[in-house]
Amino acid sequence: MSQVTGTPVSRVDGPAKVTGTARYAAEFAPDGLCHAALVAAPVPAGRILAIRTEAAEAAGGVLAVITHENAPRLPYQPLQTRPPVDPKSGDQLRVFQDDRIWFAGQPVACVVAETAEEAAAAARLVEVDCETARHLLTTFDRGRGETPSRGTAKAGRPPTSGRGDVEAGFSEAAVTIEEEYLQAREHHNAMEPHATIAAWDGDELTLFDKTQWVGNDANEIAHVFGIAKERIRVISPFVGGAFGSALRTWPHVTVAALAARVVSRPVRVELSRRELYAAVGYRPETVQTVRLGADDEGRLVAIEQRATAAVARYEEYSEVTLEPAETAYQCDNVRTHYWLVPMDVNSPCPMRAPGIVTGLWALEAAMDELAEALGMDPLELRLRNMARTDQKKGLPWSSNELETCYRTGAERFGWADRPRPPRARRDGHHLVGTGMATAIYHAERGSAAASATVYANGSAVVRTAASDMGPGTYTSATQIAAEVLGMPVEAVRLDIGDSALPYAPVHGGSITLASVGSAVGAACAKVRDRLDGLGGGSVAEVLRRAGLDSLEESAETGSGEASKSHASSAFGAVFAEVRVDEDLGTVRVTRLAGAYDVGRVVNPKIARSQCIGGMVGGLGMALLEQAEWDPRFGKVMNANLAEYLVPVAADTPDLDVAFVPSEDTVLTPLGAKGLAEVAICGVAPAIASAVHNATGRRFRSLPILPEHILDGQGR
Amino acid sequence: MTRSRTTTEITLVVNGVEHALTVDNRTTLLDAIRDGLALHGTKKGCDLGQCGACTVLLEGRRVVSCLALAVQADGASVLTIEGLAHGDRLHPMQEAFVEMDALQCGYCTPGQILSAVGHLREGRGTEPDQIRESMSGNICRCGAYANIVEAIRLAAGER
Repeated sequence: MSQVTGTPVSRVDGPAKVTGTARYAAEFAPDGLCHAALVAAPVPAGRILAIRTEAAEAAGGVLAVITHENAPRLPYQPLQTRPPVDPKSGDQLRVFQDDRIWFAGQPVACVVAETAEEAAAAARLVEVDCETARHLLTTFDRGRGETPSRGTAKAGRPPTSGRGDVEAGFSEAAVTIEEEYLQAREHHNAMEPHATIAAWDGDELTLFDKTQWVGNDANEIAHVFGIAKERIRVISPFVGGAFGSALRTWPHVTVAALAARVVSRPVRVELSRRELYAAVGYRPETVQTVRLGADDEGRLVAIEQRATAAVARYEEYSEVTLEPAETAYQCDNVRTHYWLVPMDVNSPCPMRAPGIVTGLWALEAAMDELAEALGMDPLELRLRNMARTDQKKGLPWSSNELETCYRTGAERFGWADRPRPPRARRDGHHLVGTGMATAIYHAERGSAAASATVYANGSAVVRTAASDMGPGTYTSATQIAAEVLGMPVEAVRLDIGDSALPYAPVHGGSITLASVGSAVGAACAKVRDRLDGLGGGSVAEVLRRAGLDSLEESAETGSGEASKSHASSAFGAVFAEVRVDEDLGTVRVTRLAGAYDVGRVVNPKIARSQCIGGMVGGLGMALLEQAEWDPRFGKVMNANLAEYLVPVAADTPDLDVAFVPSEDTVLTPLGAKGLAEVAICGVAPAIASAVHNATGRRFRSLPILPEHILDGQGR
Repeated sequence: MTRSRTTTEITLVVNGVEHALTVDNRTTLLDAIRDGLALHGTKKGCDLGQCGACTVLLEGRRVVSCLALAVQADGASVLTIEGLAHGDRLHPMQEAFVEMDALQCGYCTPGQILSAVGHLREGRGTEPDQIRESMSGNICRCGAYANIVEAIRLAAGER
């Protein structure tokens, strides 16, 4: 069997993407397609008193105007078990079912017309009269924080958690620090706007949708409409980025299906960039305090971390923000506290490394401050406190090469040459500084299924209902199949992104390769076994000899037994260099280097792309990204890509990625742990640490903006 | 209001092929290409001229097609991503993007490639900083910039 995995195969869907033939959700064109435009609630909370639709109905090309007054009643059957992508308690927003307004921007009507231009123009003619709620909850006020509900607590986000006795720990500490850290509300802003095309054929529904989980999308809409999920087919072959925003099924998907039913024609809903800021979720604003105690050798004797995050009033999205406090370092005394501030906002949702990247930002920033208080190198402090086991679970790691990450990253970056005292390096007009941080993200796998068919012409087709929003599922799963089947990569086609295919778990949480790759490998191994049973040889030879046109096998793989005996995690060490201009307030990242333990790397070329993408995301989190919120309107005021800043080419420096040798065959026979999330972890605190090293000033609020540098913060 | 009063007949020469179109006067060049001609390779990322996903070459110049009305482009020649390859033979810039893995989700990619082709044609240089500056109108949220810079250098013969 020739080695295909572990080699830098070029992206198999690359040619389709560079020629423009890869097709995304809005680009399907069923016969008779018409277009819907949404009308948004103008106030943050209240009731609709009246909706005047006459002018819109009379406008050119308009087929229907749908409001809560004329929309069909939808059953919204409860799901027996909540999928992991939905909030743990509360109720999803119901589309056009009553007069209640939960947030500004909530869809309160839609106009369906022949063309998108006609729909958009007519939507502006719809007048919505509202009664605004007397008390608006549009301010993120940590004093209003409430402990999470029982449902949320049961799902691993308890009001408080930990081990040992933190107060006893702090009383023994030689050095203690306590600081407060802020994380702004961030938006995913994937390049492809969310879009859905819905087409009914009798009581069968086809959805062309932007989704990270075709199977669950079908199931959710089945429950909304009270029909069997087998009657719904979700097609989503390409996803133009998502980063978590397409994990769950949002209200606009229901709008598309509802509108298509009303007009008895296929309907497209394509959200505008501005609409996305209220139509899908975001990383919630979170304020944290971290208190660390260490003995005089720098060993942590107590960790206490508190987090307070914004949440919608209609459902309770929560994050595992405090997990790093419990798992990242060896410490016998840990206490965490978690609160949620209910607001008149649309629900937040997971965004790349949800919770973890937020909690880790505060923890790592505090570790940097502890190192300074101890007079110790920040890297040395990390090395002294590495978690020998997962102390939260009380289990050994299934693999852990974090120490190699620290040492490899430090060497490649040249950490040893760093001048330790702040403000020690000046180059012309710039202060230059370096910093580092730890990255950690738990590794999991889910159950998945796949089928593999080989044909007498020597080709193969492998099928699974997985997705590829950019990380390279198409390529890595094809490599696995080709290797097990003993065929060249070019002979294998992978079909994904269709709910009619064998089951796959959610495309999120860095689990796709470990989960889907295992199922693909198992299905192909069964095919290989049958071919061997038929006398062996090349696929074409065996099938010809046996007189078969094709041969198919399918396999299901579970979530593995590893989690019973082991804790699994990806690890990394991130190093950053910045140049700060204190007169202009600018911070430029000039170098980023990361060394990662992600288990076995199936495709080093594509894995590197994932990591540099994570670094760029972390750079945005550190220096650029924040929703500008106006509590008077309950709206994001910079809901566009000119004012909500994301990194561009000119912001992006040379990026160095190293994968340390690692193979986690406890988690999966494949040896891979997943890397999408760990790649964004640790980047922001490494940059903040570098800014401190450059300026001698502590910036504890992300993003670090020019005005913070200019107005003397952090002194 | 009747529909006929708000439409205009135009001609677009897209990738060397002449198309007669009747467009709503409000239709952007982008929507005329995507929905009118079913050339979906030109992407809609923001519809506000802020992201570069809809970049095409209009009379040889880089433009964001979401900020041009289709009627303004009447009679003009437009190069979209579908017109860059010669049959099955990819344009060197397309090859370089695959080779350097200068993409992930692929949604910004057609705009990046056309912008990169325009960048080289405009003679704006092949040093990394020159490329970064000139390509900063094209957002890649997956963060492939470092590879995009290298792909452009490869296509320019600088690697």
